[in-house]
Amino acid sequence: MEALLATAIGALTACGVFLILRARSFPVLLGLTLLSYAVNLFLFASGRLRLNAPPLVQAGATSTDPLPQALVLTAIVIGFGMTAYLAMLALRGLSESGSDRVDCGDDR
Amino acid sequence: MNGIPEPASLLLAALPALAFAGVPLPLLFQRFGRTSAASAAMAVMAACLAVLAPLAAAVLAGQVATFAWAWLPAYGLDLSLRLDGLGLLFCLLILGIGLLVVLYAAWYFPEGDRLGRFFSVLLLFMGAMLGIVLSANLLLLLVFWELTSVSSFLLVAYHGQRNESRVGARMALAVTGGGGLALLAGFLLLGQIAGSYEIPAILENGQRIRAHALYTPMLVLVLLGAFTKSAQFPFHFWLPNAMAAPTPASAYLHSATMVKAGVFLLARLYPALGGTDLWFWMVGGTGALTLAWGAAAALFRNDIKGLLAYSTISHLGLITLLLGLETPLSVIAGIFHIINHAIFKASLFMAAGIIDHECGTRDMRRVNGMFRRMPITATLAIIAAASMAGVPLLNGFLSKEMFFAETVSSPQFVLIGWALPLFATLAGMLAVAYSARFVHDVFFNGEPVDLPREPHEPPRWMRAPVELLVLLCLVVGILPAWSVAPLLEAAAAAALHSPLPDFELALWHGFNRPLLMSLVALAGGVLIYVLRRPLFAWYDELPSVHAGTAFERAHRKLAGGAGRLLATIDNGSLQRYCFLLFCFTLLLGGWAFFSGAASEATIAGHPAEEAAIAALLALLLGCVGATVLHRKRLLALILVSVVGLVVTLTFVRLSAPDLALTQLAVETGTIILMLLILYYLPPTSAPASSAPRLIRDAFIACLAGGAIMLVTLRMLAVPFAPLSGFYLDQALPGGGGTNVVNVILVDFRGFDTLGEITVLAMVALASQALLDRLILRAPDRDADGRPWARDAHPLFLAMLVRPLLPLALAVSVYVFLRGHNLPGGGFVAGLITSVALILQYLANGIAFAQPRLPGKPERWLALGLLLAAGIGVASWPWGRPFLTSTHGELTVPLLGPIGLASAMVFDLGVYVVVVTVALAVLSGLGTLSLRAHRGST
Repeated sequence: MEALLATAIGALTACGVFLILRARSFPVLLGLTLLSYAVNLFLFASGRLRLNAPPLVQAGATSTDPLPQALVLTAIVIGFGMTAYLAMLALRGLSESGSDRVDCGDDR
Repeated sequence: MNGIPEPASLLLAALPALAFAGVPLPLLFQRFGRTSAASAAMAVMAACLAVLAPLAAAVLAGQVATFAWAWLPAYGLDLSLRLDGLGLLFCLLILGIGLLVVLYAAWYFPEGDRLGRFFSVLLLFMGAMLGIVLSANLLLLLVFWELTSVSSFLLVAYHGQRNESRVGARMALAVTGGGGLALLAGFLLLGQIAGSYEIPAILENGQRIRAHALYTPMLVLVLLGAFTKSAQFPFHFWLPNAMAAPTPASAYLHSATMVKAGVFLLARLYPALGGTDLWFWMVGGTGALTLAWGAAAALFRNDIKGLLAYSTISHLGLITLLLGLETPLSVIAGIFHIINHAIFKASLFMAAGIIDHECGTRDMRRVNGMFRRMPITATLAIIAAASMAGVPLLNGFLSKEMFFAETVSSPQFVLIGWALPLFATLAGMLAVAYSARFVHDVFFNGEPVDLPREPHEPPRWMRAPVELLVLLCLVVGILPAWSVAPLLEAAAAAALHSPLPDFELALWHGFNRPLLMSLVALAGGVLIYVLRRPLFAWYDELPSVHAGTAFERAHRKLAGGAGRLLATIDNGSLQRYCFLLFCFTLLLGGWAFFSGAASEATIAGHPAEEAAIAALLALLLGCVGATVLHRKRLLALILVSVVGLVVTLTFVRLSAPDLALTQLAVETGTIILMLLILYYLPPTSAPASSAPRLIRDAFIACLAGGAIMLVTLRMLAVPFAPLSGFYLDQALPGGGGTNVVNVILVDFRGFDTLGEITVLAMVALASQALLDRLILRAPDRDADGRPWARDAHPLFLAMLVRPLLPLALAVSVYVFLRGHNLPGGGFVAGLITSVALILQYLANGIAFAQPRLPGKPERWLALGLLLAAGIGVASWPWGRPFLTSTHGELTVPLLGPIGLASAMVFDLGVYVVVVTVALAVLSGLGTLSLRAHRGST
């Protein structure tokens, strides 16, 4: 399972980085989404993987590390906020410059 | 200071306090005319003098007034003040000449200037100067030191519309400010060496300081600060350029006060730092060089103020040289010359200002024959210039005689035994020569050439300060023992920090070598001036070396270079920034990864499940597919949503139900958001990147992915001791909930969460601002050229979704309520509610949904934040820290007992913010579509 998760995080990072380096706003947004997934999963994994051990206080049951989960939960919501903000920025940029390029000079 | 402060120490503290408190007065009073502004400034200075008077008597009797108030004791910075003889001398110069300058300035400036700003800055400068001379703490002294740099910048740049003012002010600030930085470093070293930043303690520890290994760098740094401030060679060039200041400011700053701050510092620290060979060569050498250089350069200036500026540099060099000679008598002579120079130079600057005021120019090639036009002013200026030249019966003669006497009588200069008196005589000759030029060129030498206006005597009160200062020149020069001796003795005793040697202030010491040197200097100076024509011709042939222009050129080059460097680095390309950022992160991470100690991998992994392998394949399909097909935007978006679902499932499987719920809800919102903006983005795809660029990006991406994969594998195999034991143990007894994630969010780490929802609220507000009056063209065809449907919203969807709303809301209430104990909570419930509401928008259209929903997102954001912060504050009346929670149990009919915690109110705030943000963003986009269609039809 650990190897699978690591592969997933690696693949998400690679795809996210590649997309963020594109010149148009939409791929950059997608790349950022992918990179957020990777980061969230990575942070989550720092609590180590546990099956069937939700962080609830139950008599006799062990539970996984709740702290990374709390951090990742807010990270997911903040990530949504950031995506939304960037989306607005992309639209505003489109309206101001008439193009969806992320920067003025380099267009390749 | 222990116990009740004595009256004396309170008076001492009142001195700078009064000056700073008086700063706004001229600005307030200028509405009643410039006389009122000037009167306000003079009143402040007079008040300071009145406070000083009772202290002065005690200090002249040999006492020291102190005041101490702990400010930042941990850093050794205390508000400690100290008034001794040296401080008293400078206070009198600062306040006395300040009064005269204000009186003079009231007449100097043209009618239209209301002068409030000038006098306010002047008072600020005065307060800072008082602070320097009264500080008993090095760091405090430095604070005031920098304040003089800043306020003198404002004074020099008073006529900011003139280029020369701006250049001069900038140069003065750059040089003295740079010196201030060196001084800070030097003071820090000195404080570390001495073990205290208090000046009295430092003066006691001179022996230890001079023997310390860091003495040399410390001394160099401190001297850099003092030399830049006192315009010593090679930092002198800022002073002539600062002559762009209004003449009253020059008379005050550049003759009597600010430039004396450097030599004040030398005199102040002399007992601790002086007495070494290094001090002798550095201070004495710099002083001698400055003395000669300034005197020679002054001779060739055509601008009256330029001549006076170089003469000031030369005299400051003389004072520095005297302080460097290291004999008690030379220090006394240096302090005496500080007084004398302040008096005659201030009067000369004022006279120069009068001439400028009357003639409209200061060029000595044009201003001639003024003696006939303004005989009284001319007489005054001639007396002051004679004092500058060192003519007997005037104060300048006395200190110059003492200087000459020191050069011949000091036994320790065997090495340079005959050179020093010769050098001193030569410098004296130059001083006589430039003084003679000033007097002859301006007041005689034929008729004026092409003056803008007809000069005559200035107004009575403009001349009064000059008269008073010249009178002082005479009184001190003729009756030194009667007039200046007590003050000089007190100041010298304080500077030497030891009993005074025997010395006699008198006009006539008999016919001795110093007198002979004076006579030679007078005769030689006159001779130089008589031979001026070939001399000036020779000077004009010289290649012009101007330190000021060189500095200005270097400054421009530096600024230009910085601009070009910035333009290269910061070229506005996000792609490039991201590329550099990724590369840098990779390098940094790689370095940390390979240089860190390897730890043993000991955790056995979980066996891979078939379902997990399938999920990974789906995820790879999604992300790689989206990456490859990113130019087919809709398809790419759908593929990314597959990735989101797999991530959700991962959270489900790996014991994170809260995360799964949140991710699912966020996923929905994100996809809707992306679909909405996809509608507006240009349908045509960008041209593909060039092949090298693609390969480069793919390489970086693979490197990043591989690195993260490696790090993750490594991390998962290494055992660790989590912090979470505390949270698991305390969630129920401390937080009153069994869902530990939720308890952490709303209770243990509630302050973090409060910050996070604040960020979310800011996102909503910023989105509103970005969308404000944004008009985008609504496309009528998609990328493949098919027209967009203009049908009404499908009836089925509309009818299905409306009854869904109460159900969805009920679910979100349920999820919210159980959140403290079971998966759920404010974040998840808020997201569910928003998705339910957005569904209404989608199914029924914005025209239907918007009027039916509460508007004004900013009010809802405020409500949510107030709820969360309010419940945090609510713990204060019970004496508990911010966000302390409480919990209990409430029995509700039908439902049975319900655990309640005050943190639920916090969670409610989170809920409100999350709903509002999601709705504000998405409905904002929806409104955009409404506007776009209206615009296109």
